[in-house]
Amino acid sequence: MKRIHIGNITEINEKRARVVNIGSLEIAIFKLTGGALKAIENRCPHKAGKLSEGIVCDHHVFCPLHDWKIDLEDGLVQAPDDGCVTTFQTEVDEASGEVWLHIEEERILAS
Amino acid sequence: MKKKLVLIGNGMAGVNCIEQLLKLAPSRYDITIFGSEPHPNYNRILLSSVLAGDADMKDIVINDWSWYEENHITLHTGQTVNAIDTQRKLVSTDGGISVPYDELIIATGSLPFMLPLPGADKEGVIAFRDIKDCETMIETAKKYKKAIVIGGGLLGLEAARGLLNLNMEVSVVHINPYLMERQLDQTAAIMLQRELEQQGMKFLLAKNTEQILGKKRVTGVRFTDGHEEQADLVVMAVGIRPNIALAKSSGVEINRGIVVNDFMETNIPNVYSVGECAEHRGIAYGLVAPLYEQGAVIAKRLAAVETEGYHGSVVSTKLKVSGVDVFSAGDFTDSTDTRSIRLQDDLAGLYKKIVLRNGKVVGAVLFGDISDGSRLFKMIRAGEDVTGKEQETLLGAAVGGSAKSGADMVASMSDDEIVCGCNGVSKGAIVSAINDKGCASVNDIKACTKASGSCGGCKPLVADVLTYVLGADGVKTVKEGICGCTTLGRDEVVEAIRSMELTTSKEVMNVLEWSNPEGCSKCRPALNYYLGMVWPEEHEEERESRFVNERNHANIQKDGTYSVVPRMYGGVTTPEDLQRIATVAVKYNVPLVKLTGGQRIDLLGVKKEDLPKMWSDLDMPSGYAYGKALRTVKTCVGSSFCRFGTQDSIGMGIELEKRFERLNTPAKVKMAVSGCPRNCAESTIKDFGVVAIDGGWELHVGGNGGTKLRATDLLCKVKTEEEVLEWSGAYLQHYRETGKYGERTSEWIERVGLDTVKAALDKKEDRDALNDRIDKTLSLMQDPWKEIIEEQELNATFVPIVSETTESVLK
Ligand SMILES: Cc1cc2nc3c(=O)[nH]c(=O)nc-3n(C[C@H](O)[C@H](O)[C@H](O)COP(=O)(O)OP(=O)(O)OC[C@H]3O[C@@H](n4cnc5c(N)ncnc54)[C@H](O)[C@@H]3O)c2cc1C
Ligand code: SF4
Ligand code: SF4
Ligand code: FES
Repeated sequence: MKRIHIGNITEINEKRARVVNIGSLEIAIFKLTGGALKAIENRCPHKAGKLSEGIVCDHHVFCPLHDWKIDLEDGLVQAPDDGCVTTFQTEVDEASGEVWLHIEEERILAS
Repeated sequence: MKKKLVLIGNGMAGVNCIEQLLKLAPSRYDITIFGSEPHPNYNRILLSSVLAGDADMKDIVINDWSWYEENHITLHTGQTVNAIDTQRKLVSTDGGISVPYDELIIATGSLPFMLPLPGADKEGVIAFRDIKDCETMIETAKKYKKAIVIGGGLLGLEAARGLLNLNMEVSVVHINPYLMERQLDQTAAIMLQRELEQQGMKFLLAKNTEQILGKKRVTGVRFTDGHEEQADLVVMAVGIRPNIALAKSSGVEINRGIVVNDFMETNIPNVYSVGECAEHRGIAYGLVAPLYEQGAVIAKRLAAVETEGYHGSVVSTKLKVSGVDVFSAGDFTDSTDTRSIRLQDDLAGLYKKIVLRNGKVVGAVLFGDISDGSRLFKMIRAGEDVTGKEQETLLGAAVGGSAKSGADMVASMSDDEIVCGCNGVSKGAIVSAINDKGCASVNDIKACTKASGSCGGCKPLVADVLTYVLGADGVKTVKEGICGCTTLGRDEVVEAIRSMELTTSKEVMNVLEWSNPEGCSKCRPALNYYLGMVWPEEHEEERESRFVNERNHANIQKDGTYSVVPRMYGGVTTPEDLQRIATVAVKYNVPLVKLTGGQRIDLLGVKKEDLPKMWSDLDMPSGYAYGKALRTVKTCVGSSFCRFGTQDSIGMGIELEKRFERLNTPAKVKMAVSGCPRNCAESTIKDFGVVAIDGGWELHVGGNGGTKLRATDLLCKVKTEEEVLEWSGAYLQHYRETGKYGERTSEWIERVGLDTVKAALDKKEDRDALNDRIDKTLSLMQDPWKEIIEEQELNATFVPIVSETTESVLK
């Protein structure tokens, strides 16, 4: 597992996402209402839409290309479509608001 | 005093029986449940999906802790009952708890059968039965590479598929020469094997395992033919046996399982048994559908509801996780007294077989396309005579035309017949969910009753019930809201926004009791529009509710890049502007420069992070070639150059575009101005088209050149340029105030009627009032790119927060 510092929680707006590029791996970090962060691969399983640009509703994002609905907590595509997106663990320092991502090394190498 | 009911075994069959009892007699018993596992009741079936990565552990909980609390059930998890005193009516556990009962249900399930091979007790040799096994496999896959699954049945293949998904190399060892012999015939089994091999599974068929190799941890297996195969994990999935030790030691009659009669009663009074541990008429079932039917009988008994009892089940199975559709039901092996019909297409990977005995369908196997599964299963269960129409039975309505439709079949089902075997949902329960709770789609029904929520095999049947209840195309007019989050329509929502002075989406959703706390991708942009339309000053633009094009002020393309379209009023540009556009296109390596259908220049293939810089370099207003807003005003040459032109169409077009640029509308709005009736600007397929005539202008409305071609209707003829502006403003504002979000003027005008629109714009004072309102809105609009370029914070959202190379991360 790699722990990668990616900035401060204040850099992401609520119900919005920012993009993190690590090698060829592209991750979208979402801030949900209330401040929780969710990180998933920035690639819709349908036709690779950039999920970071989707509309965020509670803990779901709607893909901007064809409106698939994806659960940010487990990466699962919601019915009637199906599929799933890789999720990543985030870590936030309560005091400073600094954010880290945890990524398996294989993922970075493989992608 | 309430009677005491005790359930031993917190598994699928036992708890489902309690659920059914609670529906019949909610407060008749004090209920206590014992379970050896530390979890609340979960869906064992879905362990395969968890392993395959299609579901999460938390998704498979059927009843969470709060369910037990709400129903006043005492749950003891991690407690194994080790004695039943049938004389004193008392059960006690290894943890020292003892509880008296009036009625007792034994639902201890079964134990995976572990082959008694030398070495079977080594580390890394497991079964596939519960959450713990599932976790072991997931953990093992992180450290080790090679797995062997012993057993090529349903469970073994699902385990193997899961392990493949966990990136292990998997070999399936099977004692038979072909797979799933209990569920498939040889033809289907070979097709399945071929498909799974393509997915990367390896097979060692007709092999008998002799020994598990390794010191402490398994390192491989040896077969009776001397062949050895290396392995870091061995999963045994060779079968199950009823878990009866407790019953046996308590004096309950057992054979292979706990012997029960048609009312699921054991030989001991007040002691019932249900589930995989029970043996009814010599059969112990290993699938949930029959177990739920059994549970229903106990539930009725305990609730003192009349029941005929349980008479045994025909079962069907399908493979959940391999991505190949396989289905089988009933008795599908050929014998001397059966005849069968088969259809096989190896190229398309299709196979269908039905087995007939005395004119009745008794079994079926489907491979590749299992959509006929529920229809055939129903026939098998009903014992329907198909003499004379055997072909149609196999091929469905396509051939004979007289085969029963799904809805006909549903009609012949009794109300308590189970539709969803996994969750034990009956036809009656689905029908009442549709009638009483307003479910109108398979998804609604799933949310409401859980039917089709587990393996999904019954989805077609659920859909049939829906059609049966709601009529041919499901069009019992269920009230349709603006989206799935509400039943309120557009007018009701806008009215509430006005009358209750709601100014944020959050308020609207709260006050109007949206079913999803933060809405969905349909209602959020719509609410944002309606709020802005009603309260242009008070409502604060909700950027997060905007579709990406409008949030980033550029058009997203299929590869995630954007296209940039500088504003070019009336389609007119200057050499200087062209030069600037060219310079910017070169500077940012724009891969494609193209003219749009609306006479603008489109710079395609721009990276998101380049957008702000590009706009800043362009220093032109944004073109809005992407939003629900005024897009372009197309013009012809008109009287400035054209020999036919009667009026200055270019000037008029520029004027209109400048007046309405940035205006938000329910859907995109396109305009055009032609200088004479030759109509070179194609004004009569635009949302608002202007055609010059001698001494005046014709105003056309409601046209569309898109998916649904529609020519405009003539709104009116006017004399002066001021009148063109006056009418266009009034018309647009009227559309803004009455159109549904996403509704083009062409659809809107057909909905509300041309005459209504004409009447609304007829009086001068009405047009003035509409123009006042549109002016107010227009006065508040800003150039989005100025805003983005100037506001550092907004600007920053266009670039990734971190970009690192693989090397620097792995250093
Ligand atoms: C991976 C997998 C996939 C499956 N897929 C399907 C499928 O697709 N379709 C299908 O129909 N079926 C499927 N099955 C079978 C189905 O899960 C079982 O038929 C069903 O769960 C049996 O229910 P049960 O209540 O009899 O037993 P269980 O669900 O096993 O419940 C018995 C419970 O009793 C507990 N217990 C046992 N003894 C004691 C004791 N003395 N004291 C306290 N607690 C005790 C056990 O810990 C267990 O939790 C699958 C099974 C597995 C393992
Ligand atoms: S519409 Fe009339 S004025 Fe305009 S270009 Fe065509 S012919 Fe000329
Ligand atoms: S017509 Fe279709 S394919 Fe062409 S630009 Fe429009 S949306 Fe894309
Ligand atoms: S690419 Fe995401 S829905 Fe099509």
